[in-house]
Amino acid sequence: MVEWTDAERTAIIGLWGKLNIDEIGPQALSRCLIVYPWTQRYFSTFGNLSSPAAIMGNAKVAAHGRTVMGGLERAIKNMDNIKATYAALSVMHSEKLHVDPDNFKLLADCITVCAAMKFGPSGFNADIQEAWQKFLSVVVSALGRQYH
Amino acid sequence: MIPVAEDIGSEALLRMFTTFPKTKTYFSHLDISPNSDHLRCHGKKIVQALAEGARNISTLATTLAPLSRFHAYLLRIHPTNFKLLNHCILVTLACHMGDNFTPVAHAAIDKFLSAFSAVLAEKFR
Repeated sequence: MVEWTDAERTAIIGLWGKLNIDEIGPQALSRCLIVYPWTQRYFSTFGNLSSPAAIMGNAKVAAHGRTVMGGLERAIKNMDNIKATYAALSVMHSEKLHVDPDNFKLLADCITVCAAMKFGPSGFNADIQEAWQKFLSVVVSALGRQYH
Repeated sequence: MIPVAEDIGSEALLRMFTTFPKTKTYFSHLDISPNSDHLRCHGKKIVQALAEGARNISTLATTLAPLSRFHAYLLRIHPTNFKLLNHCILVTLACHMGDNFTPVAHAAIDKFLSAFSAVLAEKFR
């Protein structure tokens, strides 16, 4: 069971409340596909990913970014039981999507960078970063848990 | 970037020590509390070394040879820690650059930091 301090809970929920998930989802996913190009392997049906501009303008990428943030919302709402909440999602990523779980961390890092860009050094200070990254690492771990 | 070397470097280190507490184990000989002289001085050294590498980007292995020996034979830092500091440098830059930290800039800096770390770790064995 993950233990969250009151400070961590406040930081995570506070940050989530200030995020615009329709904005950050597309930003984070397109950043992931640009900065870590091998992640494009999972999106061959998404059309034109041939350049950063193409990726950033791709409607399917944007839609999928919003889907990912919807998934993250479930973790926010079930912070004390992320493992169970994500069990089916983990199975899907393993059995159906065949995603290498090492890539989940890359998307998590891109979400972190987008939050940093938005909130700056005081809105996203070291303590908030610590709490946020702890939350994302629990999410990443839960997503990879059902792989066998 | 040099005038803000201390600020960026010390902020990146502070973020790393807070987010990944195990990295503090390499600094028991320094005072790494927020805004300490040691933290600012060490942060400045790191950013200056990065700037030096960037100035001679096509000869990283030669430029960094002394630093590479230092990290391998004296500091003996577990190589996974380079990624943690690189990540915190990127987050610090993202905080200060906002929208100017475009995906293309991010990719280029990440690529440079990875190459830099690879040289630092290459003499480990």
